[in-house]
Amino acid sequence: MFALINLSYLAAAVCFILGIKGMTRPKTAVRGNQLAAIGMLIAVVAALLHQEIISYAAIIAGMLLGGAIGVWLAKRTATTEMPELVASLNGIGGGASVAVAASTWMHAVNATGAGSGGWTAAILASIVIGSVTLTGSVVAVLKLKGNIGDSRNNRLWHSVTLVTLIAAVAGAVLFATSGSTSPLALAALVGLCLLLGIGLVQPIGGADMPVVVALLNAYSGLAGAATGFVLGNQGLIITGSLVGASGLILTAIMCKAMNRSLPNVLFGGVLGGSDSTASQQDEGEFYDGKVKYATPDDLALLLDGARKVVMVPGYGLAVAQAQHAVKELANQLEGRGAKVSYAIHPVAGRMPGHMNVLLAEAEIPYDQLKDMDAINPELPQADVAIVLGANDVVNPAAAEDPNSPIFGMPILDVHKAKTVVVVKRSLSAGFAGIPNGLFIRDNSLMVKGDAKEVLQATTSAIKEL
Amino acid sequence: MELFALSFTIFILALFVGVELINKVPPTLHTPLMSGTNAISGIVIVGAIISAGSTELSPNVAGVLGFIAVTLASINIVAGFLVTDRMLNMFKRKG
Repeated sequence: MFALINLSYLAAAVCFILGIKGMTRPKTAVRGNQLAAIGMLIAVVAALLHQEIISYAAIIAGMLLGGAIGVWLAKRTATTEMPELVASLNGIGGGASVAVAASTWMHAVNATGAGSGGWTAAILASIVIGSVTLTGSVVAVLKLKGNIGDSRNNRLWHSVTLVTLIAAVAGAVLFATSGSTSPLALAALVGLCLLLGIGLVQPIGGADMPVVVALLNAYSGLAGAATGFVLGNQGLIITGSLVGASGLILTAIMCKAMNRSLPNVLFGGVLGGSDSTASQQDEGEFYDGKVKYATPDDLALLLDGARKVVMVPGYGLAVAQAQHAVKELANQLEGRGAKVSYAIHPVAGRMPGHMNVLLAEAEIPYDQLKDMDAINPELPQADVAIVLGANDVVNPAAAEDPNSPIFGMPILDVHKAKTVVVVKRSLSAGFAGIPNGLFIRDNSLMVKGDAKEVLQATTSAIKEL
Repeated sequence: MELFALSFTIFILALFVGVELINKVPPTLHTPLMSGTNAISGIVIVGAIISAGSTELSPNVAGVLGFIAVTLASINIVAGFLVTDRMLNMFKRKG
């Protein structure tokens, strides 16, 4: 029986691997996800067959409660809120790992006293990674929602983090070496790690949340792998490391797209803070009288003759919920024989692939969505590039001005298009806190307003032409 | 220690499999990938079930923690798979 249960976990892990393999193509992705869900079902059934289980009441109650909350979350979340949902789920996964580790430890201590060194280390790893993921994700969600702004006093947070880190490491070493069986010692350690999670994420700017969410995704996987070590369950270890690898790769992709190293994103907040205030002061001077404004009607006339149009969505598109309005305008243009494509920067939006999901919701075919390397060679041939609520990812200073703080960051070369139309609510700076030279270029026009309203006005103006 | 060495070997090998696999996922699907792996990380429910079930009905701290763990992991699994399915169906509709 025991061998059968363990083989079931292996079967589940194989389902997860094949499921993720399915996700490598949009056509097979739905099947892949279903296969992964079947894997989970196998794992749950196998777990229910364990001999140690003497009462099913708490299990069933927890599954019903958690399942109901899960259904509710999945149904009510709009595609614009996916970053918040994913960040919340990371935190919940971290919380589950902590609870499993603490509960398993208490069971073991009650029965036989503290276990071997390797086992205790695995328990501690689960607790440290899980707790940091839990509170780190809470802070990340609040930052994504805009409930808490960027910290003014990063130096303080960095010292708090350093002190809690030292205390947590010392506490963990003490806990492991002394073979402690006191639940209070464990609780104190959990408390320290929860504080550590807050201290690690709080100083990181809202703009860098995509990296943080991806990293926390990796942590939630690694916490699961650590739980696998605790239980001596290889299926769990395989699964946890798959998720960990996924999060780490996404983190690396995001960092590369911002031309920054991971340590710079995680600990660079101190330097970034002072620069942004200085540049905001000369912003008025920077743009003064040099920006050419246009109306949706002008935009309609411009688009009427265009053969090749590139849409450049950014976070502003998500805020304005303008994905359907983009599709409507694109339909009009395509009806007039224009070729429409969408240029998607890796860090556009608030999480990897955020823009793709929004545009997919509006039923825009995914083969029209081009990533940076594919669209940049095409941009000089574009008649019109429409920037919808993106800013730093189209700032030519990143390519041309070695003194710019974002110099070296790969950008979408929209300034090379024949005409660039920037749809934006105001001239305020993007996340990087620097003015954008694109707005004062000769080939650039600015349409002020909410992306959705501007697009709808343009669409109706085109219909009347 | 024998078991630990074996587990650690599996852990490292699985990391490599993960890296190879995930690198092939196109950027378009990165958000569903994240929510999908979120659901998969709900595998800790295995540990949660054993923790919650190995306690008699008389509640103690370990049992309560087990119950909390089952609840949290279930949220992760159900919300993760459902929301991933919802998103992926959007991609499937066209193309």
